[in-house]
Amino acid sequence: MSGPSTYEPKYAAAKWMDQRLPIIRMGADFMTFPSPRNLNYWYTFGGILALCLVVQILSGVILAMHYVADVDKAFASVQRIRRDVPFGWLLQSMHAVGASMFFLAVYMHMFRGLYYGSYKAPREVIWILGCAIYLAMMATAFLGYTLPWGQMSFWGATVITGFFGAVPVVGESLQEWLLGGYSVDNATLNRFFALHYLLPFVIAALVGLHVWALHHVGQNNPIGISAKTESDTLSFHPFYTVKDAFAIAVFLVIFAIFLFYLPDALGHADNYIEADALKTPPHIVPEWYFLPFYAILRAVPSKLFGILLMLGAIVVLFVLPWLDTHKVRSMRFRPIAKWFFLIFIVMCFLLGWCGAETPDNVVPVIGLGKMTFYTLSQIATLYYFAYFLIILPVLGLVEKPIKRPDSITKAVLGDSHRDAGLAPAE
Amino acid sequence: MAFKTSKSLIIGAIVAVASVTGIAFAAGGGSSDYKQDHVDWSFNGAFGKYDRAAAQRGYKVYREVCSSCHQLKHLAFRHLGDKGAPFYLEDFPNPNDNPYVKNFAADWQIEDIDGDTGDVVERPGFPSDYFPEIYPNAAAARASNGGAVPPDLSVMVKARNNGADYVYNLMLAYDAPKPADVELTPGLYYNPVMDGGKIGMPPQLEDGLVDYDPVEIMDHGKVKLIPAPENTAKQMAYDVTQFLAWSADPKLEQRKRTGLMTILYLLILSILLFFSYKRVWRNVEH
Repeated sequence: MSGPSTYEPKYAAAKWMDQRLPIIRMGADFMTFPSPRNLNYWYTFGGILALCLVVQILSGVILAMHYVADVDKAFASVQRIRRDVPFGWLLQSMHAVGASMFFLAVYMHMFRGLYYGSYKAPREVIWILGCAIYLAMMATAFLGYTLPWGQMSFWGATVITGFFGAVPVVGESLQEWLLGGYSVDNATLNRFFALHYLLPFVIAALVGLHVWALHHVGQNNPIGISAKTESDTLSFHPFYTVKDAFAIAVFLVIFAIFLFYLPDALGHADNYIEADALKTPPHIVPEWYFLPFYAILRAVPSKLFGILLMLGAIVVLFVLPWLDTHKVRSMRFRPIAKWFFLIFIVMCFLLGWCGAETPDNVVPVIGLGKMTFYTLSQIATLYYFAYFLIILPVLGLVEKPIKRPDSITKAVLGDSHRDAGLAPAE
Repeated sequence: MAFKTSKSLIIGAIVAVASVTGIAFAAGGGSSDYKQDHVDWSFNGAFGKYDRAAAQRGYKVYREVCSSCHQLKHLAFRHLGDKGAPFYLEDFPNPNDNPYVKNFAADWQIEDIDGDTGDVVERPGFPSDYFPEIYPNAAAARASNGGAVPPDLSVMVKARNNGADYVYNLMLAYDAPKPADVELTPGLYYNPVMDGGKIGMPPQLEDGLVDYDPVEIMDHGKVKLIPAPENTAKQMAYDVTQFLAWSADPKLEQRKRTGLMTILYLLILSILLFFSYKRVWRNVEH
């Protein structure tokens, strides 16, 4: 897809550079990258996510200059950032709200990939790299949430690191090794800080590979049919730079509403109480973006099995390209899979709801009788795994796709297209 | 520091096991039909601002009532005179020069080391000092309060859901009749706003407790005298909540102001980019 480079250096200095390190060529090729002409707004989240990563790294680096990773000082240092550091209140909120926005965008991006079959050949490696990025994001978010050293920070860290204690035989020593002691304490906080600073750069490197792989095989598109001719594509710039820019601006409006008017809406009040190892909060609840996995964890009575299920929920994403064997990428042309996908989304939201509630509570929906959130989370967990392990593999064998257009051009213009309107507007 | 996690762990554990069982925190039960007042706080909404006169009186309530047990450990005296703070004066952009701040600071005794002798001494506070600890350590705090540590109030309004309503109602809810299923051990009081209905803090505010004086606030660059309202318990609860809300979120006004301009800018940018998008794509079928 990337095709031969069309860049021609215009100036002597550019030519000199091009022969030694073709970095300008790389940028130029990036900007003229042929992109399918039918990409919709769901395809703008890649750019949005790149921006999120930059925002998190920039705000994070400055916060790290003021933050103190010490159990006696961490909470107070965050308060100092919010009260005394110039624009510290803005940076701290931006970083905390930014994490939520990052996950919001990544979930949109993933759902888009699932619907349009972006994980199928030849894009398996792009998808796997994306899963690795998501996993690294989860680790980074968890580590970062520990740093303000509030009650949820402390008890969240205690619960999550406790998972490792459930590993047979070596669990206890593994947990101690991770924590640097018998419980979450100063050693834990310091290593979490070090790793929280490290992982975003790992994510940045993975993003580099993700984009590289994307530029090697080309973007998927809403009809899932590969771009074949020049009329199927448009130059990335200006067509998609301007579309992405518009989407980014709208995304930033939503970001700003949370940042300036609802900075605590996505957080938990308990995290404004300094960590206290002697006082367990009545409900230990993770941040919203982990709730579905938390629900899966609690859907079974066994701790070890719950952890395996939760890990499995992520591992299954990595092998998805080989589970969905249907040859048609986009679910637009898969009349049955489309409905199962829709139910899958609903189940993900239900899992999120279950994760936020106490399992023994009764679901407040009329017609469900006395169903508890525990039962609901079991049903949703079952569907989550069935979708990947049963529904998609079986549909790959039996589902008949509806008629697809021959090419992107024909999909856009119909069969009797003339060449008018295909040349990029200058 | 009242909560040194690592150091107080052992002492804390012993004291906790010995005395805390069921005290003050989320003890379950105690459901009641107490109806909380939902105050229309001046700082709510997109253009919300603190009621400075109330926050100034609130500081007095804190100083004369709350501060006998509760610290404001993340607050320095100088913060009281910051821009946007209750005692801000335009003539004193540096809060350390602010006469109110100097007086408040001098009103507290701060532990220090005498530079000449090395002795521990007490001196009047400076604006740069932080609000001092009330108890020498957590164990002392527990011992003086029937096993419960009075929590720090600097960020209390943010540390509870609907924190402003919570603080306000908590101060006023002691009169609610106790349901039969709530059993109180000595040193505990019934308060339906508290999770579980039991609280270690005795009722505090009563009509006429704190003497109110007229206060001066900055109003559009001019000093304005606000007469003292009647010092009812409700008024005091309202005032101290305004003060604590400011303490928990001192940059709220700046945040909302910046937000308004940022969102306006982003909306205009979005509209311009939308039309750019339409123009760039005008001849392209997609």
